[in-house]
Amino acid sequence: MTSDRVFGLVGLALAGFYVWQATQIELGFSSDPLGPRSFPIIIGGVMALASVYPLVRPDPRPDWPAAGRLLEIALAVAVLVAYALALPQVGFVLATAVAAAILSWRLGSRPLGAVLAGIGISVGIYVVFHLILGLSLARGPWGF
Amino acid sequence: MDVLSSLMDGFAVALTWQNLGLALLGCFLGTIIGAMPGLGPSNGVAILIPLAFTLGLPATPAIILLTSVYYGAMYGGRISSILLNIPGDEPALMTTLDGYPMAQQGKAGEALALSGLASFVGAFFATWGLVFLAPLLVKVALLFGPAEYFALFVLAFATLGGIASRNQSKAAFAAALGLGIAMVGVDHQTGMPRYTFDNIHLYDGIDFLVAIVGLFAVSEVFIFLEHRGEGVGGKTGPVGRITVPFAMIKQTAGTMGRSTVLGFIAGVLPGAGASLGSFIAYTVEKRLVDRKGTFGKGDPRGVAAPEAGNNAAAGGALVPMLALGVPGSGTTAVLLAMLLALNITPGPLLFQNNPDVVWGLIAALFIGNLMLLAMNIPLVGLFVRVLQVPPRILMPAVAMISAVGIYGISGSTFDLLVMVGFGVLGWVLRKLDVPLVPVILGVLLGNLMEANLRRALTISNGEWSILWGSWLAIGLWTISIVGFVLPIFVGRYIRFTRPAGMKDTAGLEGEDPD
Repeated sequence: MTSDRVFGLVGLALAGFYVWQATQIELGFSSDPLGPRSFPIIIGGVMALASVYPLVRPDPRPDWPAAGRLLEIALAVAVLVAYALALPQVGFVLATAVAAAILSWRLGSRPLGAVLAGIGISVGIYVVFHLILGLSLARGPWGF
Repeated sequence: MDVLSSLMDGFAVALTWQNLGLALLGCFLGTIIGAMPGLGPSNGVAILIPLAFTLGLPATPAIILLTSVYYGAMYGGRISSILLNIPGDEPALMTTLDGYPMAQQGKAGEALALSGLASFVGAFFATWGLVFLAPLLVKVALLFGPAEYFALFVLAFATLGGIASRNQSKAAFAAALGLGIAMVGVDHQTGMPRYTFDNIHLYDGIDFLVAIVGLFAVSEVFIFLEHRGEGVGGKTGPVGRITVPFAMIKQTAGTMGRSTVLGFIAGVLPGAGASLGSFIAYTVEKRLVDRKGTFGKGDPRGVAAPEAGNNAAAGGALVPMLALGVPGSGTTAVLLAMLLALNITPGPLLFQNNPDVVWGLIAALFIGNLMLLAMNIPLVGLFVRVLQVPPRILMPAVAMISAVGIYGISGSTFDLLVMVGFGVLGWVLRKLDVPLVPVILGVLLGNLMEANLRRALTISNGEWSILWGSWLAIGLWTISIVGFVLPIFVGRYIRFTRPAGMKDTAGLEGEDPD
């Protein structure tokens, strides 16, 4: 099964779900002739139509990364999610230094270099955007 | 002439110390962004928008800053094309073909200076084109009613989809996806929630800035992670004297002139943008003047053509964005997002109600262009040094600056999570060769498009025929259909395929034309 076939099936499922959800939208009182449902239903229709072609005539398979690299990307996503959640708790400087260091390490820095890159990026952004430009960043328990 | 007097007023707006400073900063940052492989005009501007927004800049200074970045990135892309054979961004792809051979022959300095000059010529005359063409288009656009606007939005998607992707169905899917995302939130006319799944964060809809930064900037980080270690070390040879011999200017003058015209036209057409501008300019010049077969072996005309072409297209792409509110390329879509975030809706009314914004911007483009020319010839050595920043440091910084911008807007963890989600979505779509620009356009224009459709049908009491009830509307529908279908047959003549043996940089995979 080629990637495009999967893509087409997912697209069809998404379109079906989208149209079904559109029919569940409440109409409200002062409705115009078209109402809040019609445009989403049209969109779902276009999406369904567009998903059929890749099912029938799929493109050649893209070069998906090997499992190890896929795991790397998953790890990066996890780091960014953890970063988003930790930001209000531990403050900008610490969260950013850690997240940037891990990303830099996974992108090929040596461990020490990665730590230095993380600290550099974090402090650099703090100085430029907070101290110089006055942007408000997440404040942790220590105020930075 | 009233156009010229408006332009004079624009210069009065742009020539304040603050605006000049912002233009200078924008040009400088833009050149750096364009020069770095992996960062191009669309994702560079995308990262900077939330920042300009959270810094609380008023509309005119903010747009001056960001369009300077846009023009600057168009200049910057050529530097790594010439020195490293790696295009700094998608529109600079064609510049590698003759720029790198010139550098190998020890003429890197000449190539850099010549391409800087060609960039200036292209951008300068395209800005004049913008001055005269945009007000004409505004006169037509003032005749538009809701039905015509709806048809115009369809046209934008159709032509963008037709040209931007090898696969029309995927472009249509991308547009539907973007429009679908735009529907999330409370319906403006009835006050009913749609696709909110009872999540309080979704009642206001999904902020298009979050979607843009996720799709363009965060997905880039994943692409780099995937290709770690495959990149080529940036080793630049000696640059040499950065001057253009007069004979070379004379030799390339005709090329620059023709390429500027072609690039500008390519830019004005919705959906085409700068990549197509440089491609058409190069191909036409090769057919026209390459009698000895020197193109591809370090012919200066092969450097001048794509650079004049892509910078002219960058100016041309601003015409439909400002006059109609319909962007013709990825980067102008991002610029439109910024205007919308500042509560400014481009289109004919912008020219009437906020002439200071429009003409101040255009004047700033002229000023920025001069700054870029002055900056790009003597300071090129500085930008070359920036190229040495490796992705393992650049990319984490990109991710973190993106997060800072998004968090700065709302202070919301939820928005950061949505941004990461869009990053993953962007990565998957790029792998599947689904273009991202229609997604962005859908998210941006979805609500306006629906509002115009509903307004049209309210006027006609539910009669759908109003959508093709005027000659103007019929014309727009016809162009849409032709623009969507025609590339299926002629697509291979206007689309660039990377020549075999050219280094593929991670950053260009699945890239949309800017």
